[in-house]
Amino acid sequence: MSRIGVFVCHCGMNIEETVDTRLVAKTLKEYPGVVHAEDYDYMCSEIGQQKIREAIVEHNLDGVVVASCTPNMHQETFRNAAEEAGLNRYRLEVANIREQVSWVHSDRQVATEKAIRMARAAVEKVRGDDDLEPIAVEHETRCLVIGGGISGIQAAVDVANSGHEVILVEKDPSIGGHMAQLSVTFPTLDCAQCILTPRMVEASRHPNIELLTYSEVVKVAGFMGNYEVTIRKNPTYVDTDKCNLCDKCSEVCPVSVKEEFNEGLSERKAIYLPFEQAIPSSYVLDENACLGVKPIRCGLCQDVCDVGAIDYDMAPEMITQKVGAIIVATGYDLYDPSHLTEYGGGKYPDVVTSLQFERMVHPSGPMKGQLRRPSDGRPVKRIAFVHCAGSRDPGRHNPYCSRICCTYTAKQALLFKKGVPDGVGSVFYIDIRTDGKGYEEFAQGIISGKRIRYIRGKVAKVVDEGDHLTAWGADTLSGKRMEIDVDLVVLAMAMVPSEGTAELAKTLHINVDENGFLKEAHPKLRPVETTTAGVFIAGTAQGPKDIPDSVAQGSAAAAKAIAILAADKLSHSPEVAAVNEELCSGCGICATVCPYDAIKIERSGIAVVNDILCFGCGICAASCPAGAIEVKNERHMQIEEMIGVALGSEK
Amino acid sequence: MTKAKQTAQEEFALLELSMDEIVDKVEELSGENVFDCYQCGMCSAGCPLAEEMDLLPNQVLHALQMKDPEAMSANSMWICASCYTCQVRCPKGVDLAKVMEAMRQIYLRKRMDHVSLDGLSHREIRRLPQIAIVASFRKKTG
Repeated sequence: MSRIGVFVCHCGMNIEETVDTRLVAKTLKEYPGVVHAEDYDYMCSEIGQQKIREAIVEHNLDGVVVASCTPNMHQETFRNAAEEAGLNRYRLEVANIREQVSWVHSDRQVATEKAIRMARAAVEKVRGDDDLEPIAVEHETRCLVIGGGISGIQAAVDVANSGHEVILVEKDPSIGGHMAQLSVTFPTLDCAQCILTPRMVEASRHPNIELLTYSEVVKVAGFMGNYEVTIRKNPTYVDTDKCNLCDKCSEVCPVSVKEEFNEGLSERKAIYLPFEQAIPSSYVLDENACLGVKPIRCGLCQDVCDVGAIDYDMAPEMITQKVGAIIVATGYDLYDPSHLTEYGGGKYPDVVTSLQFERMVHPSGPMKGQLRRPSDGRPVKRIAFVHCAGSRDPGRHNPYCSRICCTYTAKQALLFKKGVPDGVGSVFYIDIRTDGKGYEEFAQGIISGKRIRYIRGKVAKVVDEGDHLTAWGADTLSGKRMEIDVDLVVLAMAMVPSEGTAELAKTLHINVDENGFLKEAHPKLRPVETTTAGVFIAGTAQGPKDIPDSVAQGSAAAAKAIAILAADKLSHSPEVAAVNEELCSGCGICATVCPYDAIKIERSGIAVVNDILCFGCGICAASCPAGAIEVKNERHMQIEEMIGVALGSEK
Repeated sequence: MTKAKQTAQEEFALLELSMDEIVDKVEELSGENVFDCYQCGMCSAGCPLAEEMDLLPNQVLHALQMKDPEAMSANSMWICASCYTCQVRCPKGVDLAKVMEAMRQIYLRKRMDHVSLDGLSHREIRRLPQIAIVASFRKKTG
């Protein structure tokens, strides 16, 4: 005969308001096998936990049921308390009478009856529970970081500094991400490259970091602590170590294409240096732009290369690595401006994106910092900056706020006024959201100090008038329509997840939100975790954010990853599937339905479960025609009993 | 106060509806939520007739949100040509042309005026907003 204790939590008024907890406790006390039952205000409090510990000792309990909130919240708390009192932790079960009862019902009598039945069902489960021990799992101590922007670099350096090896994978030929393109950063006006490049160098020189640029993660298998990743390293056709950056190859190359680093404002050759501070510091041959390497159609670059760095035989390389944790920091792209047809985005050359403007004002950008119209090269005297271009537009574009545009537009207006003191800057805004530390003071200082004209209204249309553009706006504060003539229109484009985010999320078995950004496990309490254990997210891949937040998330994800990498052994729940070898016929249905690939049919003709891969979901148990496979502590008999009492059968 | 303005206010009084009732009616007739508007002003910026309106299109919506009777006495709804430029551009998906039409309907359903084509002088026909004439005759066709 079992000796079970039942504890019913009021959760303040959360449960008590709809469930008569005293009646639940009183009824359960009469239930067969229950030797102790009580109700209390907050079972999760230290006093509540002490009640569990005392009752276990006093009544020599062999099982405990806590009827309270969801087991996701406090099952661990209660199990720890039970363990401290000498009870095997897997003999404690939680009946969820908050989320599944009090919060979803209003009739107190019916809710109380349901709570009683759920508590009884939990008692039936505990009655059948065995003592179990957590499974200790060996794990890898290396970390994979996907994405070499500022967030990924920060994560990689932090993990590497903790003494763990890191593989930093970057899709582009250089690390640095979008931050490398920026002119200066708000609100301090630091030159972006001056603060970024030391980090890039640190990442590339760190003895614990292996840098894989021009590479993509193509396959991920395994589980927390033991992932096996396959990375495709695309051929650059240039030996990084041999290349001495002489630029001869680029000079002779006959092919010109738009230069990505300058957002298409300039051209580069098919063989090119991504940008001056690129890491690795080497030329790269763009296979798509090149006239042909297989077979060689041109070969001029190889002819002029004195050091023999160019190798047309280079092939994609598949690299397989074992890692314990994965950090995803794949960043953002700008929303395609050609979607904004009313502004002539992607059509009028003098309607540029915010990133293009960053390159235009950059001292080493395509215009050497001299602001000129991309169309005819005339100096820019009048600019209209348009906030929320593609953001905050649930009707046609993206519903969310891209967060950084208000502050960087103020910065860009300042840079414009610095370069062109007699220039006229007009900023069309809906609201000004400068939420970061020091950002409000920064933006307001520019608005008042530089006499920038802020117009509260969104531009409806940009008209090309030949030698200038006309922006149609409205000043909603004075109620006047206005048309202003400008030389340049700068669109503060929305941030969207970088290309390939959705495919990568699929590869990693992690979720994306309704806007395609990587989804966190909990919006407030688990912001850098995903629902896949051991995979973490950081930076703008998770949602629009500025540099400090991206860096903070990089460090946060690193801390989470280090906790796994530094653990002596990882603990895995013993509540996994087990096979009754006497009954198993080796039909293999369980192996087919297992979502975790945890079951194999061995040569002996029976199913064998890999405990570490198994998450105890029970699909195999439900599908086995012979009832030969069951989840520990969730055996068929237990579940049958639970269903019975839940449906009202009496003991 | 101009005569037109005075007439507009008198006509509004004849509606015998509170602004609460009017906003409810506008929403019922148009199927739009006037509180969706966050006042970006794109409708007014693109409106080809905004210059002629007492209240800009965004201000009409603002007046409705504030339950301000000026929404109903301003000439804006009669100037609106239902070109739908505002509807196409609105980031919040508010169909402002439908809202304007609903406001017109509230007047028209009261059958307050009795326009007959014979009674209009050539000058009046030339000067009246087209949408007003179209709307006036539409109520005669059911």
